[in-house]
Amino acid sequence: MAEQTALTDRRADGGGRPDAAVVRDALGVGIAVGLSGFAFGVTSAGSGLSVWQTCALSLLVFTGASQFALVGALATGGNPLTAAAGAFFLGVRNAFYGLRLSQSLALPRAVRPFAAQWVIDETAAVSLAQPGRRAARIGFGVTGLTLYVLWNLTTLLGALGAEAIGDTDAWGLDAAGPAVFLALLAPMLKTTAERAVAGLAVLLGLGLLPVLPAGVPVLMAALAAPVVLYLEGRRRAGRAAGRVHTGEEER
Amino acid sequence: MNTWIAIAATALGCYAVKLAGLLVPAGLLERPLVRRFAALLPVALLAALTAQQTFADGHALVLDARAAGLAAAVVALLLRAPFLLVVAAAVVVTAGVRALGG
Repeated sequence: MAEQTALTDRRADGGGRPDAAVVRDALGVGIAVGLSGFAFGVTSAGSGLSVWQTCALSLLVFTGASQFALVGALATGGNPLTAAAGAFFLGVRNAFYGLRLSQSLALPRAVRPFAAQWVIDETAAVSLAQPGRRAARIGFGVTGLTLYVLWNLTTLLGALGAEAIGDTDAWGLDAAGPAVFLALLAPMLKTTAERAVAGLAVLLGLGLLPVLPAGVPVLMAALAAPVVLYLEGRRRAGRAAGRVHTGEEER
Repeated sequence: MNTWIAIAATALGCYAVKLAGLLVPAGLLERPLVRRFAALLPVALLAALTAQQTFADGHALVLDARAAGLAAAVVALLLRAPFLLVVAAAVVVTAGVRALGG
């Protein structure tokens, strides 16, 4: 009888995985990435933010790339709203995770405002990889909780450590930010379109740096995405039209 | 004070997009072009940020120890090293080059 219910449960859940396996996955990601909050704490305090400001960022923003971007922009003395805009645009991808998560987690409406803060790269990766609703929920909850607690704890430690160290540049800690961005970027460079966007963004970002106010070149570099998208669309349309009108073979 | 304004704006903006994703009806963001754009936008931003934080010094472009650190990060990524190790490689190599007077 009990077996019968278990079977029905599992079927309703779309296969499912043992809870322990899901928790193991979640803890692995949560702990590994949670520890890198230390790098953020050091970078932020080393860029001249106070310990309070650094901790407020990790508690309230809680999406790594945006935090690093904001701190970097503020360090160059940019306008605070321009800096926030760059960080915000980086955070937009979380809306698309939320979209897919809301389907797989099916959270009650009352819970969503509380779950929202944990909608980030890592929780989405663990949660969306799980078969079935129960496993997805466990993956989301355990990854989110582990990461939130550890990320904020190590942010505080990093900020205090940076104050103790003094000159963080001497320790090479100003290289932590770009290395984090690169590590996030690398898995995204799968196709020609993505590489073209990255290349164009680098050219725009560096080329406009000497002539535009701090923080603005990054926003301009974001235009690489629609430009490449437009060219991609035109090429596809051109190829389709070519095939229709002249019967030309695709090269 | 300016820093607090930037923190508040970023926190509000980032929370709003997270919540929006959980709340909006799926149809709104499911259009192929919107999804494609959403995938390419972080690529552009991350690439520009990586380049700027490696080669920029205020409004000037410079080649210093950070470039060596980033090269180390590239090698670590090619060797499929875990995230923390990639960051550590960049930090250690940058510090090493600086210590040698780079």
